[in-house]
Amino acid sequence: MNLMMLLEMAAEGLGDRVAVGSLNDGLTYRQLFDRAHGAANRYRAAGVESAVVCDESSPALPIALFGSAWAGIPYVPLNYRLPADDLLALAERAGSAVAVADENNLERLGGLPGVSTVSAEAFSSDPAAGTDGHASPGDWNMDPDDLAVLLFTSGTTGSPKSAVLRHKHLVSYILSSVEFMGAGEDEATLVSVPPYHIAGVASMLSSIYAGRRIVQLPRFDPDVWIDTVEREGVTHAMVVPTMLTRIVDALDARGGAPMLGIRALSYGGGKMPRPVIERALDLFPITNFVNAYGLTETSSTISLLGPDDHRVAQYSDDPVEQQRLASVGRPLPGVEVQVRDDDGTVLGPGDVGEIFVRGEQVAGEYREKGSLLDTDGWFPTRDGGFIDADGYLFIQGRNDDVIIRGGENMSPGEIEDVAISHPRVRDAAAIGVPCREWGEKVVLLIVANGDAPDPADLDDLIRERLRSSRVPSHVDVVDELPYNETGKLLRRVLREQFAHLGDDPTD
Amino acid sequence: MVELKPGARFQSTVCSTEVIVVKGAGEVDLTCGGAPMVASGTGEISGSPSGDAAGGTQLGKRYGNADETIELLATKAGDGSLAADGGALEIAQAKTLPASD
Repeated sequence: MNLMMLLEMAAEGLGDRVAVGSLNDGLTYRQLFDRAHGAANRYRAAGVESAVVCDESSPALPIALFGSAWAGIPYVPLNYRLPADDLLALAERAGSAVAVADENNLERLGGLPGVSTVSAEAFSSDPAAGTDGHASPGDWNMDPDDLAVLLFTSGTTGSPKSAVLRHKHLVSYILSSVEFMGAGEDEATLVSVPPYHIAGVASMLSSIYAGRRIVQLPRFDPDVWIDTVEREGVTHAMVVPTMLTRIVDALDARGGAPMLGIRALSYGGGKMPRPVIERALDLFPITNFVNAYGLTETSSTISLLGPDDHRVAQYSDDPVEQQRLASVGRPLPGVEVQVRDDDGTVLGPGDVGEIFVRGEQVAGEYREKGSLLDTDGWFPTRDGGFIDADGYLFIQGRNDDVIIRGGENMSPGEIEDVAISHPRVRDAAAIGVPCREWGEKVVLLIVANGDAPDPADLDDLIRERLRSSRVPSHVDVVDELPYNETGKLLRRVLREQFAHLGDDPTD
Repeated sequence: MVELKPGARFQSTVCSTEVIVVKGAGEVDLTCGGAPMVASGTGEISGSPSGDAAGGTQLGKRYGNADETIELLATKAGDGSLAADGGALEIAQAKTLPASD
């Protein structure tokens, strides 16, 4: 198996259809295949260990992704916005490389031993640069265990680790979740997720295999997103929660007219605030919404909440059906999900524990630590949650974020869900801060929706829906909560910022 | 007879068909166009599909047997039809999973 197999099929079956870019001047599948060939020549001629990209989205990305697969070296996308020291520390781990980079990073990466740099423009227009003859048609390796992609995980809880994705994981994911040429000729997907995130890699692979034209949005801006959708005839898009929040606000600022052109909108990467998705369902009244849950280590999506469940939740009076909006739906075919307690016992419906996942797309491997799969192939996600009686999966935050108060484990997610159900709360974060008496105590930070609610009302609500141990010791109103660019709440930042609340000797 | 396992690739010896195994295990008499298939890149193409096995394969379609123990994906199309242990492999129902990324 090799990712090139996917592009070869697309080039054969779709040839002259545009793969990436605008209809009038984009690259066709055939052209993309030829440029990947050029890139493979260049990588082989250079004899490097990695294909690094350190730039915003451009056609250079799919060329490098498939070219590296052809050449037999891993594709290593780096965050082009990192401070120099952090970037160089990651780049060194990739070893010798050809690095496609923007102007700023050309200079930074060019100083590393064994790294040759090229701009995205030069690479895209002439990837081979005089190295023809090193890669022949079809001579990519078909060993399914070859390295395909190295991704540095976001490190919201520690220093970045490099996740290893092999050809077999990514190809299995695409073959089991995407129908070849399943997209109509008029379909186009707007990619605004960062290229160094698993969603950025997966969007290229699934769109190309489906035959859906990729339109790239290099720097996310809600107004540019809306204008690009209309100008490019975009029918599909994937966004992270912070992006949807800003799109919804921008549409409301424009008068709240519904957007009808988008047929499918998927979201994931972090917890979606309930008011945002509810407003989005109104603003995109005929769009098929998909909530996708996945991890870098699982080759993207492992579970999804589909369009029908979204609309049922929107129009239903049944609290169980309404609550589905907070779920990530059911596992993909070929993916198994279990919830286990601390002793490893598999839990039944409704019981909260750690989420484990198994399937051919599940890699669960890091360069630094090796494979984290157990002997039966299960990967511990470190995410907490539960599965309801109908098989719907609910995520309740990272296990590393669990608040332990007086020996009692509590998930921040359950407290946040209750807080956000208050009409005056737009977003909420519950954190544990050190406390002499209890070990940790609960601090609730809220973003107000208009006038801030009375903290006593929130206390009552939480006491009534959960129990008194969940009632926060402090409620603070903040202007906004810190998220990383893929929508993950940076709890570590909050814990540092509000640590002083924990040392109150009178508590 | 060939050994099926996910990821293994086979080619027809009478047409341009190539497949990759999505599902399947163990020894199977795999044919295309009525002639045995061989591991990709190990056989020459000669002759043509036999008349009762010339329905052809379509690029990107999945082919499966009745009891759903075998599923092959056509990575190159051709004029021959696929069969396993004498039973024709038919186009498997397309999945209707919504796009998620």
